[in-house]
Amino acid sequence: MSLLKVENLYFSYGKNKVLKGIDFTVYENKMVGIIGGNGSGKSTLLKNISGYLKPDSGSIFIKERNLGDFSIKEKARYIGYVPQEMPYDFEFSSYDVVMMGRMPFLKRFEQEGEEDEKIVREAMEITNTWKFKDKSINALSGGERQRVYIARALAQQAQILLMDEPVSHLDIRYQVEILSLVKELTLKGILVIVVLHDINLASQFCDEIFIMKEGRIMAAGSPKRVLKADKIKAAFDLDVELIHNPVSHIPYVVPTLKKMREFKVI
Amino acid sequence: MAKLRRSMFFTLAILALIFTALISISLGAVKIPLEEIIAVFTGSGGGTNRTIIFNLRLPRVLASALVGLGLSVVGTFFQGLLRNPMADPYVLGISSGAAFGATLAIILGLGLFGLSFAAFVSSLLVVFFVYIISRSGRKISMNTMLLAGIAISAFISALISLLMLLNHEEFNRIIFWTMGGFNITSWNTIAFSAPIILIGSSIMYVFSRDLNVILTGEETAEHLGVNTELVKRIILILGSLVTATCVSIGGIIGFVGLIIPHISRLVVGPDNRILLPFSGLVGATFLIFADTLVRFLLRPTEIPIGIITASFGGPFFLYLLIRNKRNKEGM
Repeated sequence: MSLLKVENLYFSYGKNKVLKGIDFTVYENKMVGIIGGNGSGKSTLLKNISGYLKPDSGSIFIKERNLGDFSIKEKARYIGYVPQEMPYDFEFSSYDVVMMGRMPFLKRFEQEGEEDEKIVREAMEITNTWKFKDKSINALSGGERQRVYIARALAQQAQILLMDEPVSHLDIRYQVEILSLVKELTLKGILVIVVLHDINLASQFCDEIFIMKEGRIMAAGSPKRVLKADKIKAAFDLDVELIHNPVSHIPYVVPTLKKMREFKVI
Repeated sequence: MAKLRRSMFFTLAILALIFTALISISLGAVKIPLEEIIAVFTGSGGGTNRTIIFNLRLPRVLASALVGLGLSVVGTFFQGLLRNPMADPYVLGISSGAAFGATLAIILGLGLFGLSFAAFVSSLLVVFFVYIISRSGRKISMNTMLLAGIAISAFISALISLLMLLNHEEFNRIIFWTMGGFNITSWNTIAFSAPIILIGSSIMYVFSRDLNVILTGEETAEHLGVNTELVKRIILILGSLVTATCVSIGGIIGFVGLIIPHISRLVVGPDNRILLPFSGLVGATFLIFADTLVRFLLRPTEIPIGIITASFGGPFFLYLLIRNKRNKEGM
């Protein structure tokens, strides 16, 4: 049975065609990285999968059931979404924010019960956020806040976790910390689809990489197969060199710089 | 621990409400002592006091409590929904719409009921217009709504000024109405407004958990299973209805719907399930208090209640802001 299947997906913002025929199927829990230049449709694809945007045509199937047949609440029981790290105006505690992940399971007048509290606690312990559960979400560092958002998606018991550039604003330690955590989650039985800017982070952490260009997936497969100089040149219009990482044996991408004498002095 | 603190705050708020209401009933041209009030309510009190309480003071206290509650609840919700701390119940043009209707009614000499009705209808018309402008397809843009509300308010204010200029003899009445007051409250007004304000606020309260999530972003809320567009619509409609009702019976009482939510948030925190009822209680108490001062300060003349709310609310709010800033810097 496929976990996630996207079939001939088209989407446009007004007249601006953003997704032009996306097709892929994922059968097992793993970490899928989406890379591509700005405006290639990465975030839009994620928002279509999450059901926030409605495709013009084509279909999305979650466990072979059409996403269009899900109610908003049902969707939220399958799909968790971790936004870009962002500032926050109101002073909810971390615990309150994670508890919001229980929303899809509560009836309108139902109070959060012991079961919900247990799930929230587990989610916060996995993400190592329990220690600042009473702290305001505003008082946290970017990396801590991002972990709280991941905990919320776990409290949602999501089977598919969508992440839109979750580490772009974080320093390298937090980037690695967050992505390692997410990688562990895939081993616990969650499918993660993550949009990343950094090709090398994608190469290090993802089991499969989609390279997007102009609303299409132009290459898909394991980092070793997909990260090739010609493909990156096509997607980003950038010359790169690939270096073999002797420790991890995965490709490392380095932009080709012009030689010193080719720089024009303006 | 947090729960204990919470129930303590609520107990205090309810006690303050009862206390203020009793004081307000007791004070006035004729002072009625507390034992008399209790006697009247238990059915044994004498004639004159009974008439004063039931015909004059009680309706006023109830009306100011209802309006205070309504404006504070709507203010809390609009601040959350628009995710803007400057938002208040009037932000979508309700106040200017009501003022326009009231001005027309005064100029046309429509009488008391006509005035309330005109204010009620014209404020709803303005909000509806703002809503239509801000809708694009399935979604409503909150930012467009905010800006459209400001633009339309400015335009209507210009029209009102023009009308006042052309009808100079009604100038005072119009100004007095816009600054608000409860000097003409009757049981009829309460019979009309109480159900709308109380039922409207209660239905909004049902969505307080959804609003919590919407505060973290509309898109996030949708991903947590909240039908944001539906919630937005319900709150906008009910909020406008409640605000229009408040304005039609009390005039445009400023500041209550802006500062009471903030003050309450500083006390009980951002969770709307707690904040909303607390805010309503504090707002009701505050307006009863303000209305008591209205009758008391320049006896025998009454001053518009808007002057009280702004002159008390403004400085107190500034004090809270400064204190809050200090606390944050101290951390």
